[in-house]
Amino acid sequence: MKTYNNKAWWLIFPVILSVAFSAIMPLMTVVNYSVQDILGPDQAVFVGMEWFRAVMRDSDLHGALFRQLIFSIAVLVIQIPLGIGVALTMPAQGWRASLSLVLVALPLLIPWNVVGTIWQIFARGDIGLLGNTINNVGISYNYTGDSFDAWITVLVMDIWHWTPLVVLLCYAGLRAIPDAYYQAARIDGASRFAVFRFIQLPKLRNVLMIAVLLRFMDSFMIYTEPFVLTGGGPGNATTFLSQYLTQKAVGQFDLGPAAAFSLIYFLIILLFSFILYNWMQRVGTGDQA
Amino acid sequence: MARIELVNLAHSYKAHPTSPSDYALLPMTMTWDDGGAYALLGPSGCGKTTLLNIISGLVIPSEGQVLFDGKDVTRLPTEARNIAQVFQFPVIYDTMTVRENLAFPLKNRGWKTADITKRVDQIAEILELTSDLKHRASGLTADAKQKISLGRGLVRPDVAAVLFDEPLTVIDPHLKWLLRRKLKEIHHELKLSLIYVTHDQVEALTFADQVVVMTQGEVVQVGSAQVLFEEPEHTFVGYFIGNPGMNLLPCSVSQNKVRINGLETSLSVPENFLHAVNNGSANNVIKLGIRPEFVECHATSIANSLPAQLSMVRNMGTHWLASCQLGEHKVAAKLRHEPGKVGSPIWLSFSSERTLFYVNDKRVR
Amino acid sequence: MRLELQGVSKKLGAETHLYPLTVALVPGAINIILGATLAGKTTLMRLMAGLDKPTEGKVIADGVDVTGVPVRERHLAMVYQQFINYPSLTVFENIASPLRIAGQLSEEHILSRVNAMAERLHISAFLDRHPAALSGGQQQRTALARALIKEAGLLLLDEPLVNLDYKLREELRSELTELFSSGKTTVVYATTEPLEALQLGGHTIVMHEGRLLQHGETLAIFNAPNSIQTARTFSDPPINLMPAKLDANGVATIDDAMHLPLSASQRACVVGRHEVVLGLRAHSLRLSSEHRNDYALHANVDLAEISGSETYVHFHHAGISLVAQLSGVHQLEIGVAATLYFQPEDVFIFDHDGALLFAPSQAGA
Repeated sequence: MKTYNNKAWWLIFPVILSVAFSAIMPLMTVVNYSVQDILGPDQAVFVGMEWFRAVMRDSDLHGALFRQLIFSIAVLVIQIPLGIGVALTMPAQGWRASLSLVLVALPLLIPWNVVGTIWQIFARGDIGLLGNTINNVGISYNYTGDSFDAWITVLVMDIWHWTPLVVLLCYAGLRAIPDAYYQAARIDGASRFAVFRFIQLPKLRNVLMIAVLLRFMDSFMIYTEPFVLTGGGPGNATTFLSQYLTQKAVGQFDLGPAAAFSLIYFLIILLFSFILYNWMQRVGTGDQA
Repeated sequence: MARIELVNLAHSYKAHPTSPSDYALLPMTMTWDDGGAYALLGPSGCGKTTLLNIISGLVIPSEGQVLFDGKDVTRLPTEARNIAQVFQFPVIYDTMTVRENLAFPLKNRGWKTADITKRVDQIAEILELTSDLKHRASGLTADAKQKISLGRGLVRPDVAAVLFDEPLTVIDPHLKWLLRRKLKEIHHELKLSLIYVTHDQVEALTFADQVVVMTQGEVVQVGSAQVLFEEPEHTFVGYFIGNPGMNLLPCSVSQNKVRINGLETSLSVPENFLHAVNNGSANNVIKLGIRPEFVECHATSIANSLPAQLSMVRNMGTHWLASCQLGEHKVAAKLRHEPGKVGSPIWLSFSSERTLFYVNDKRVR
Repeated sequence: MRLELQGVSKKLGAETHLYPLTVALVPGAINIILGATLAGKTTLMRLMAGLDKPTEGKVIADGVDVTGVPVRERHLAMVYQQFINYPSLTVFENIASPLRIAGQLSEEHILSRVNAMAERLHISAFLDRHPAALSGGQQQRTALARALIKEAGLLLLDEPLVNLDYKLREELRSELTELFSSGKTTVVYATTEPLEALQLGGHTIVMHEGRLLQHGETLAIFNAPNSIQTARTFSDPPINLMPAKLDANGVATIDDAMHLPLSASQRACVVGRHEVVLGLRAHSLRLSSEHRNDYALHANVDLAEISGSETYVHFHHAGISLVAQLSGVHQLEIGVAATLYFQPEDVFIFDHDGALLFAPSQAGA
């Protein structure tokens, strides 16, 4: 619906101002830094594409990118099916439904650095409930020393933290399916799996698209939780892209390369999201709700 | 195919119903013959969908039994009852082609592929879907989708009854004609028991051999289209069936004379009716019923006619519809020719064979 | 309000929803938009209301070009298929809301206007309830009251009765005819049902797949549809269409099975043509011969549907499926041979590319 009343533009003017101030201008600053070598407060030399080239050749960056991709793929592969599964088991109505919704949503409400802190203590081999139990059972587990253990811990933490989002989205999607479909499936003698495959999954497609996009983008940008939990260690075993970037920019004050990579980072996420979105759209062509 | 019997069937959402208003379905006992087409007709909230759901197994009645061919199925789940159901909106499997949709119930029952293909082809031909078999079901029009829904039910040879829950709701008028005709053809060819729920009297009357008219949880009359039209036993049936419904005029009667609004006409009044009126309480509501199709309009006064005034005259293309003001009552008439102009006087006469009498909404012969 | 659409069209990307059309609504009368689903009725209404902007063309209200003017500044009211009311307000507040927004009336004045309107629509008993507690018919009456109380120059109704029970639809339709007869508001009413159009009267715009087919008085279009598609859209039951060849003597032949001599006036309209399409409305066919020049059609009955006051007979003649609408109840078995009669003058003649050549005159009925 179009409005021909241009007065509405004035109402969003304050928002435009604040977005410009907090987002657009800093973004322009980043672009600025990415093409200059900042030697001191007033000494900046224009270097063109040099930072971009350097960043592409940086092997540490390649490592972080690789780790990041593995992480995001693992997140999607585990959290989406798990989320669908949990949503399928939740009751549809009554007080039990409300209770389960609240319980499922709790991890989402916790501030992200607190999530990191909780798991940091929880997984400790000496005083952490989980870490201590695992060690007592006989499995040697130490997330500060062993890379593999660190990876598992970060993954499990992310699953605990973010699967509820997928669950909530799928739950809402499932509730939107009219009863008649289930009744018809019963009359057709369809098995439980057939009902899932032919009725629930197709009708969840739009919701899953949102879930996959959100989880991909968020996991690709993840910073706080792994930083608090492992600090990126042991070594750089769990240093993902955003942490690497921050180390470069804030730690080493290498603004030029950091800025260059920020832009590349932004474009990578945009590209993946675009591909993912189009692929999922095409898969569902010809479908109506 | 199944003979369906309802024995003292009733349903209430309350644990201990005490009065009729506690019941969604008042107690009823009925037998529906094998291979017959029945329609459950009534306004929203009359209990017809509840009754359909009890027969299909989606609702377990609080009282009474449902028998299929003598076997008690009251508590059997839907899958075990060998029925098929077509809903208000088309229910199809979006990701499958038309052929896969129709084959689905047979696949679930473990049929061999060759047999499935043969049966699907057979049903597709009856439903005129043969050219669409390869297409994805989700891309078709609403009436084609409803045919697929129906086809999934028909494809099982052991299906006992097909239940329809207002299936033509989303279909355009001119496609409704084709689908209705198709349903009747299928009934004639496959000889299945068909039960059809609707609030549309034209659908019910053209589709069914017997129509069950319901209102407020109660079955008011069961009969063929002709019987319901010519001999309604309850004023609700008179009102609900017919377009427009029956004219119901409050009146007082004496031997072979009827008085409406102070105007008198000679009509043969049944003995029982006169008896009921004279011996009944003074609070009894006495009405005369005559269908607009049987009201005769005359431009001049003739013997036994009642003077009235034309308040509305409309040409409906295939007939004329007139509304006549008889004192404080409105009488509708359906005529082949124009009766006159609005405002002009008109004389109405009712024939004795077509006039029915009701005491407290129930017919007395 | 005097509303005109000049050369308006609506395209969305590559799809054309409305082809360029020009139409002037009849002020103070009912203007019906008749067409199948997706014919463009809702698109057209939205352009009239100002909810959408036309891709081309102008919308002119009372002589002023309002094409770009947003709907909030236009003086109109709209009623939808889905019963749309403010869910958190009582029925009283719902009806009063347009008056409160206008802010020009005192509280007592609003009270009396709302009460009067509720009285007219028979919802006075529900004024303090919320819409969710009302039945479908009552909710739609509330929506209607809210629309009527504005006394806007233009009232748009988009299939307002389609979600209601059949009988309720009948009742509301006759009430609507009365409500709209005041002559002060221009009413636009969209529907898919030809019978509804005939009952409401007024003027009709016939639409098909985004094109305007014909515009004029409802009954005039019914009696003389300007093309085969218009005739198809505006018939219920479907009009019988038979392609025929003409010989030099003015006899129409269908497949050697039917030789119909045309009347003099019919022959005058088909000079020089050899292939035509004959159209015959279902109600023109009778089971008995009433006129000397009746033509006898020997046919095999496919199906007979009884709907109380009428019987619809589906039959075959010369390989074409036809429908007859007979008044009264006729029990006809499937496969039986029957003879149906009609008057040759009742036949419509269309050119083989669809244009109307001859329409029966309507002297009598």
